[in-house]
Amino acid sequence: MRPETEAELAEIVTGLSDPVRIAGGGTRGVGGSDPVLSVAGLQGITLYEPGALTVVARSGTPLAEIEATLEAEGQQLAFEPMDHRGLLGTMGEPTIGGVVAANISGPRRIQTGACRDFLLGVRYIDGRGQVIKNGGRVMKNVTGYDLVKLMAGSWGTLGVLSEVSLKVLPKPEAQATLALDVPDARAAVGVMSAALKSPYEVSGAAYDPAQNQAFLRIEGFADSVAYRIDRLRETLGGGADRSDMCWADIRDARAFHDLEGDLWRLSVKPGDAPDIAARAGAERLLFDWGGGLIWALMPKGTDLRPRLGDFEGHATLVRADEGTMDKLGRFQPESALIQALTKGIRQRFDPRGVFNPGLMG
Amino acid sequence: MEMPKPSPDVLRRKGAVVARLSQVLPQDAIIQDEAETRAYECDALTAYKCAPMIAVLPSTTQQVSDVLRICHEEGVPVVPRGAGTSLAGGALPTADCVILGVARMNDVLEVDYDNRFIRVQTGRTNLSVTGAVEEEDFFYAPDPSSQLACAIAGNIAMNSGGAHCLKYGVTTNNLMGVTMVMMDGTVVEIGGAYLDAGGLDLLGVICGSEGQLGVVTEATLRILRKPEGARPVLMGFDDNEVAGQCVSDIIKSGILPVAIEFMDRLCIQASEKFAQAGYPDCEALLIVEVEGSEAEIDSQLSKIVEIAKRHNPVELRESRSAEESARIWLGRKSAFGAMGQLNDYMCLDGTIPVSSLPFVLRRIGELSKDYGLPVGNVFHAGDGNMHPLILFDANKPGDLEKCEAFGADILTLCVDAGGCLTGEHGVGIEKRDLMTHQYTPQDLEAQMAVKDVFDPGWLLNPAKVFPLAASEPRRMAAE
Repeated sequence: MRPETEAELAEIVTGLSDPVRIAGGGTRGVGGSDPVLSVAGLQGITLYEPGALTVVARSGTPLAEIEATLEAEGQQLAFEPMDHRGLLGTMGEPTIGGVVAANISGPRRIQTGACRDFLLGVRYIDGRGQVIKNGGRVMKNVTGYDLVKLMAGSWGTLGVLSEVSLKVLPKPEAQATLALDVPDARAAVGVMSAALKSPYEVSGAAYDPAQNQAFLRIEGFADSVAYRIDRLRETLGGGADRSDMCWADIRDARAFHDLEGDLWRLSVKPGDAPDIAARAGAERLLFDWGGGLIWALMPKGTDLRPRLGDFEGHATLVRADEGTMDKLGRFQPESALIQALTKGIRQRFDPRGVFNPGLMG
Repeated sequence: MEMPKPSPDVLRRKGAVVARLSQVLPQDAIIQDEAETRAYECDALTAYKCAPMIAVLPSTTQQVSDVLRICHEEGVPVVPRGAGTSLAGGALPTADCVILGVARMNDVLEVDYDNRFIRVQTGRTNLSVTGAVEEEDFFYAPDPSSQLACAIAGNIAMNSGGAHCLKYGVTTNNLMGVTMVMMDGTVVEIGGAYLDAGGLDLLGVICGSEGQLGVVTEATLRILRKPEGARPVLMGFDDNEVAGQCVSDIIKSGILPVAIEFMDRLCIQASEKFAQAGYPDCEALLIVEVEGSEAEIDSQLSKIVEIAKRHNPVELRESRSAEESARIWLGRKSAFGAMGQLNDYMCLDGTIPVSSLPFVLRRIGELSKDYGLPVGNVFHAGDGNMHPLILFDANKPGDLEKCEAFGADILTLCVDAGGCLTGEHGVGIEKRDLMTHQYTPQDLEAQMAVKDVFDPGWLLNPAKVFPLAASEPRRMAAE
């Protein structure tokens, strides 16, 4: 099923009698045996106003097309969406709808916010086949409930996105990266916290235990970057210039592309990261978001969650074979109360249960 | 403004409800005397007043839970209230309701600079959150103009913004977690001192739900290090359209100012008369503020000035000191008070795409002539959030109604121009009946379905946000 217009999409959903798996470019690793309902045919940027920092696009529009269009005006999607293809070995073309449905953000999330923070409006088809809109294309909008946030990161379980509108930001003129030698995760989180507590607007804070280094990124106008990097070096008492570093490697968890094993993604309180990472007993770790994001490589089939015990945050299984994914669950099981609320919302948005059953509880 | 008829049955059981509340609250936390409940008869939308049946002021999450459980069992509607500064009537009572005020819950529970968050009880005022972290040069970013008085609870309910959200976002972008009590008394924890939801982003829909999904008693908020400094530049133009073009050019240049404020001629004149900030006599005035070190500020301001010069400004005044900055901001900060000196006013809050600014301002001018009511425009220009101030005389019969009709015309104009009814004040009762202009019945159903999940009995702030006709079947079914 590959509709090319919103109306066709709505018609298809109305006529569904069996569950479907919703896909954009199919690069984010959502599998299953249900037939695919692809939005990849819903293409095109419908509005782009650089002076208003706004872009509106149909959900199947390739991410690359949007990024190129913004680039031509010196702008970008500031939340730095990750590309999952290298990690998951998927082949498709990432779409903006997929980015939004999975709330995909990269290293800059720590400074500027997540995909959901830049999402201004959505149009989607609910489980009854009705076209629903929420939000709009303006940056400040508190008119009614914010279903925009609810749709971001709902992985297609509440509706099929047909159009999204996003806030964009200027692309920084320059960037620089400072690298500091650190003996362990605790020291690394300490350095990253000190940097993020400074007034120098650090836009990336990652730690690679394999290199024993913490990396801090600063972006903006060239003169300002030069000034802030110097001040940051003073504040931290050292650091080497690693401006050649590729932040897309951190963004895309490049360290794990060629390593066998299951990959977990943990969102935690940064200060808890060293202890949580130690409890994981992972084969390989990578820290982003000042420690707030931990990538952990585990032997295939390992259930990481019981090892971590109770902690503030959540652990998502990003890469595993289908059997493990089914057995352990992609998402962290939530409290009975949250589960009940989630189920209630899902039941009302998709009463027939046709959207991505089995995903997200 | 139409409100649902109070339930005679609930009113009859007032004594029994008070008796039950007395078992879970200290006596001084229950207000039931008619003379005293009147203190809660309205919020900052003072045109509408109705004293509640009872007001309660709990001090703990447990007490909030007890109150809600009792009201749930008794079938009594509950209207949550922060500091009562809503401009949209979000905390307007009905005669049969219990006002649940969180004003006594104002403790700081945890400050964590290393992890960059603060946890507070939600009765705490917005400004005092920043006050609690200022010693370490941190701040809480959302800054609604009522920040001295308004409570975090209300900020979360309305997803409040402020002048600086172009750079820092609004409440939802700075809210990490909540402790919330649902209508049946259940306490739920959502989010916390980590980023992003593990499942559905329930926090995202709770923020801005106008107290209809639950009563948020504690909040985890992101705190940020203060920039090294900030300074504005003031520029005056002879044409609104040119000022709008200048805003667009600044944004396109890659600079992200922390604030871009716009004032039109009526506001400029009123505030000049009131505050004598030395504003030029012109059609449109912009205040653009940037942040950073002294050198960074200089560099950004010179880029902005260069852009402004291409638009033939009648005045261009770059601040070089804290005193000059204060003077530039003085007029803008006095604008509402200055307009209040001229007459009563109604403050609107529609948002438009920045590109529609000239058209919308021109049309507002035409409507002003048609209605015979003057209107001044103050505007967060960077994000398109307009604040037209319609002047009217509350003592003149018919003027309020005329003003409301004019206001409705402006808000529908904002929607038609690609914007929305409210950018930061919320829907409340004020814009409830205009919702059908922005949303289809299906769009509204989708929103109301969320309330069905959190509050199936439609007892929490039931007469707000949605047109009464749209919510009526649900409110009736619940009775």
